[in-house]
Formats: sequence, C-alpha cells, structure tokens
Amino acid sequence: MDELYFRTSDLSVGYNGKSLIHDINFEIRRGEIVTLIGPNGSGKSTILKSITRQLKLIGGKVWVRDEELEKLDYKTLATRMAVVLTERMKPELMTCRDVVSTGRYPYTGRLGLLTAEDEDKVTAAMERVHALELADRDFDAISDGQRQRVLLARAICQEPEIIVLDEPTSYLDIRHKLELLSILRSMTKEKGITVIMSLHEIDLAQKISDKIVCVKGETISRFGSPAEVFSPQVVRDLYELEQGSFDVDFGSIELPRPAGEPRVMVLSNGGRGIGAYRQLQKADVPFSAGILYTNDMDYAVARHLAAEIIEAAPFRPLSDDALSRAEKSMDRCEAVVDAGMDVAEGNAPLARLLEKAKNERKLCTVGEYLQRIGK
Amino acid sequence: MEEKKSYLSTNLQRRLRYQAVFLGLVIAAAVIVVLNINIGSVPIGVKEIARILFTRQGDVAQVNIIWRIRMPRIVTAALLGGALALSGFLLQTFFSNPIAGPFVLGISHGAKMIVALVMIYFLGKFGSMSSWALVIAAFLGSMLSTGFILLMSRKLHSMSTLLVAGIMVGYICNAVTDFVVTFAQDSDIVNLRGWSLGSFSGMSWDNVKVAALFTLVTAVAVFFMSKPIGAYQLGENYARSMGVNIKLFRIMLICLSSILSATVTAFAGPISFVGIAVPHLVKRALNTSKPIVVIPACFLGGGVFCMMSDLIARTAFAPLELNISTVTSVFGAPVVIVMMLKRQKGKSNG
Repeated sequence: MDELYFRTSDLSVGYNGKSLIHDINFEIRRGEIVTLIGPNGSGKSTILKSITRQLKLIGGKVWVRDEELEKLDYKTLATRMAVVLTERMKPELMTCRDVVSTGRYPYTGRLGLLTAEDEDKVTAAMERVHALELADRDFDAISDGQRQRVLLARAICQEPEIIVLDEPTSYLDIRHKLELLSILRSMTKEKGITVIMSLHEIDLAQKISDKIVCVKGETISRFGSPAEVFSPQVVRDLYELEQGSFDVDFGSIELPRPAGEPRVMVLSNGGRGIGAYRQLQKADVPFSAGILYTNDMDYAVARHLAAEIIEAAPFRPLSDDALSRAEKSMDRCEAVVDAGMDVAEGNAPLARLLEKAKNERKLCTVGEYLQRIGK
Repeated sequence: MEEKKSYLSTNLQRRLRYQAVFLGLVIAAAVIVVLNINIGSVPIGVKEIARILFTRQGDVAQVNIIWRIRMPRIVTAALLGGALALSGFLLQTFFSNPIAGPFVLGISHGAKMIVALVMIYFLGKFGSMSSWALVIAAFLGSMLSTGFILLMSRKLHSMSTLLVAGIMVGYICNAVTDFVVTFAQDSDIVNLRGWSLGSFSGMSWDNVKVAALFTLVTAVAVFFMSKPIGAYQLGENYARSMGVNIKLFRIMLICLSSILSATVTAFAGPISFVGIAVPHLVKRALNTSKPIVVIPACFLGGGVFCMMSDLIARTAFAPLELNISTVTSVFGAPVVIVMMLKRQKGKSNG
C-alpha cells in the first residue's frame, strides 16, 4: 500500500498557454486521500482539470503509476482514473441507474451494451453509496446530496485506481458531507483507491486527508500531512484571514473577538463559560475570562473570543499572582458573570473572587447584563 | 436481493416499450406508403398496389405511375426524412441544445446557396448536373455554414444567441440564393424555384440510388457511434474521462451530420423542423435518450414524418402542391413550442 502512485514534477497549469500556477510538486501514495485547499479562485480547479486532462499542461509532468499522463491513451486512463466534476450534468431522460452505468463505458464493447457482470457492478456501486433506492428515479429530479452520491457511484463502478473530485461537498448539508467523506475514506482503506479532491471546508480537510496541498498565489504554498500543514499562521496566511480565527485543534472557525477594554468578567471552568462567551461575542461586548487553567475547554474558546484571559498553569495550586490579576481585571469590569465553576482545594482562591463580586454587587447573569445595556 | 435485481424488470419494461414504439413506427410507415401510392390524380386500389409492387404486372399506365413517379418519391421522402431527423439529433447532441437542427442553424441554407450557385454554373456550361455534384456542392455549403457556426460558438457561449446567429446565417444565405435565382436564366429558374422551397417531387431512381447510398451509409456509421454519443450526452468532460477522444469525436459528429443534411438539401431543398421535432417526439415515445435505440428510431420516425408530410403536401389542395416545409412547419413548429414551454417549466421548478 505504500508504493508511490501519483506525482507531479514541476507542473505548471493554466489556460490558453498562460501559466497560472507553477512549480507544483507533490507525491501521493496508493490509498491516500489528498486534499487541495485554498481560497476561492486560487486555482484548485485548474490543477484538478489539468491532472484529469481537461486542460493541457503548460509545463512539467504528471505521473500516474510510473507512466506519463500525457502519453497514456484516453481508454487506458479511463480504466485508472474516474472523476466527479462540479459542472452540472443535465442528462435527458436518464434514471440514476443509467447515469451510474455510464461508468462501465471503458469496459463495454463497440455498442456499449452492458453484460450481466456489468449490471452487477453497477448495483454494487450504488449499494456502496447507499443509493440503490434511487435506481429508477430520474437523475434530473433528485436532490444535490443524492446527485453527488450517484455521481460517486458512477466513478466507483468505473473501477478506477484514483478518483478525482472537484469540490464534492459543495451544496451538501452536513449529514451528506459526512456520508460522502466517510464513503471515500472507507474506499481508500478497503480497495486502496487513491483520492485527490478539493474542499472548501478546511476543518473537514484536516480530518479526512492524509496530505494537504495549499494552493495560493502562483505556487503551492505548502504540501504535507495535516499536522505539518495546519498551524494558525498557515491558515491565516492561506485565506488571508483578517477577521475571526481558525482553531487548528478543533478545526472550528470563530468570528472576530469584540474590540476594546473588557466590560464584563466571566468566571467559569470546565467548559461552562463557552455559552456566555458566545452570547457576549454576539452582543459585541468585550469581556475578560478567568481564572482558566490552560488545559480547560473554556480556555480553548476564550483564546479566540476574550479580550483578556487570566490564565493559570494546570495541576498546581492557584497562585496569588493569578488571583491578584483577576481582582484587577474585575475592578475594571462593570459586571461579573458566574457561568459555573468547580471550586476545590486546588483552586480555593476562586471562592474569594466570587465573594468579592458579590460584595461589590457586580454579580449577574449574561441575560441580566445584556438587558441592562439594552441588547 | 430483490432490490438488487430490480433492474431486470425495469430493463424488461423498457425493452417492451422500445419494441412497441418500433412496431408502431413500422406499421405507420407501411400504412403511409400504401396511402401514398393509393392517393393521387390517378387513384389506384390497394389490391392493384400489392399486385404491381410484388409482381410488377398490371395496367401499364398504373405500373408506370407507381414505379416511375410515386415509388421514387416515397422512397426519397423516407430516406431524406430519416437523414434530417438524424442530422438534427447529432446537432442537438453536439450543441447539447434540444432546439438545434440543420434548418435553424442555417446549415440547410448554406447548402442551398452553394447548390444554387453551382447549379447555375453547371447548367449554363454543360446543360446538366449529376446527383453526385449536387451532393458534393451541398456538403461544401453545409460545412461552410457549420464552420461559421462553430467559430461563432467559440465567442457566443449562450445557446440562444448561437441559435440567433444560425438564423441570421440562414437569412444571409437565403438572400444570396434569391439574388442568384433572380438573375438566372428563365429555364433554370423553374427548376431552382421549386427546389429552393423544398419538395420531393420529380425524383428519378438514379437520384434515389445516390441519396440512398449517402444516407444509409452515414446512418449506419452514426449507429456505430452510439456509444461515444451516449457518453457525450453527459458532457464533454465526463465523456473524456470515460475514454472518448473528444477532438476526433466532434469532427466525426459534424461531418456525419453535414453529410446527412447536405444530402437532404441537394435533393429536396431545405426542409424545416423535422430535425428538431422528430428526435424530440422519438425520445418522449421511447422515454430514453439512449442513442442505441434513439438513432434507429429517429431514422424511422423521420421517414414516417416526411412521407406523411409529403402525402399532405401533395393531396391537401390537389392539384396544387404545397411546399414540403409548409407542411412540416405546421406539424413541427407546435412540437418545438410545447417543448420550449416544458423546458422553461422544468427550469422554474428545479
């Protein structure tokens, strides 16, 4: 399974003889999932079109299993590579089964008649993507999610060694996204099929891919495993994120934090502060969060949303220093929200913090605070 | 397990439907042939027809009418009708537009123009013109128009503007033809006028032979292309990914469709709407667009449609004869209108 299956060497791609992206070099082993990510219009589709021979290569070479792509005849390539394209297929009077069975094209005779064996393979492919019940439905009359599954079945029954998909998850709801990607994943594991695709959802790309290709500007800005590629800075640069942020560990995106000095302090731990953070973020109220151990779930979210965090190193008693920082922060805030805390021997000083808030009559719920400021 | 094998019953149902459609077409063809021979300025009884057709014996005048006049005309209508429908189907596949056809895209008019020019030259110089020269001239004309349309299609990505361009090409070619005809000698005009409006009259067996050679050979070639045509229906890029050599395929498609429409124009002049209406009706009747059944059915259906139209053209206002296009338009245009309305509806629903 470890053999090299697909690679590009100094590939440059573009339209009408003009190179858009050059020096594209990446290697894929058999059974790997490789995902192209990058902003809209960065040329992901151009690369995919070039490696599927829809576009002429401007320069460099593409190798499929030790053979040059451009020297393979169309027939042979068809038995190795199948595609799922973004363009809307509008076949006339064709059932889903008819569409899937076109995948058998490279294997049928002069007139394209299907043998019983072909029919069985069509059935198997439709079963694989849970689309058997669609068999007799008109392809024009099914939903986007169903259509994508049928097209994947079409690609599968072409019995390729590699499947190239251009943004297969666009238009799909979350359930169908997951379904599609898990089918891809299991196909690579079971049959050793190699997958190259482009995705918009970097969180999904991070979770499903073995390798990531970042497409940006005129070159490939990065190529490697998700662990190598995904860092906050890389994602920020790739998509030129100026607002909001991307959490690499959870693969989640956050909207920009409210700007300004903190006006509310949220006291919480164990993940109970997240709801309050989001409410305040939506109301555009800058807040401080504390006292959070750096391994607390609340901390992971507060990092993206809080104007100020009073943090503490985990697994040791809460220091006086942290407490005094928290007290100072509280003095600057007009309200304090207790979102829920566990207080025990290790973090006993937190009780004092709560006491102080009560004494200063700053303690309230998020709802009460937002009502008070008229939001 | 039952669900997995359900395609077998679907396939059976489909096959029955195909058979029913083909049977219907064959019966319609037979009935129309008999009617066509039967009706005319000299009516001939069905019994007589059978006797003359199968034994070639009977009243000499009737034998002559059937064998010299009515039969060649019927066979031509059948062959050229089939050719037109097939040519339309190919163009619709090529442009992935259901209202493409040799008439709408101005291809028939291009053929007509060149044929008119060549004909006047030949008749003036040699006093006659062979069927072969006619077909070749028409083919050149078809290719000229098609080439122009292809050039336009590179610039015009919207199908409706492409159709408008085709219609304009048709008008230009028509204007040139009219100009030439106006200045042609009287003796040529009689021939040209009738022909340039479209008609199956005055066919000799020699004409029929040449027409049959071109249409049948091309039709068989088209039939053997049904596999790549089927792939191309999913779009150019999918077809390529299935192993179709797109460049070669597109050239073949254009050449075959041009030969078909050129043959029609060479012998019968431009004929409207058959190329659009027949493939559409055939696909609806078969409930599929699979080329392997649609191609033969189109050929048969086009034949039936044209024989029927010719019958009406000949007899509706006898002894006056209508242009064939007058009749095909009356039946074909409504089909196209209904088709466009349905498509629009489908769009707004989807």
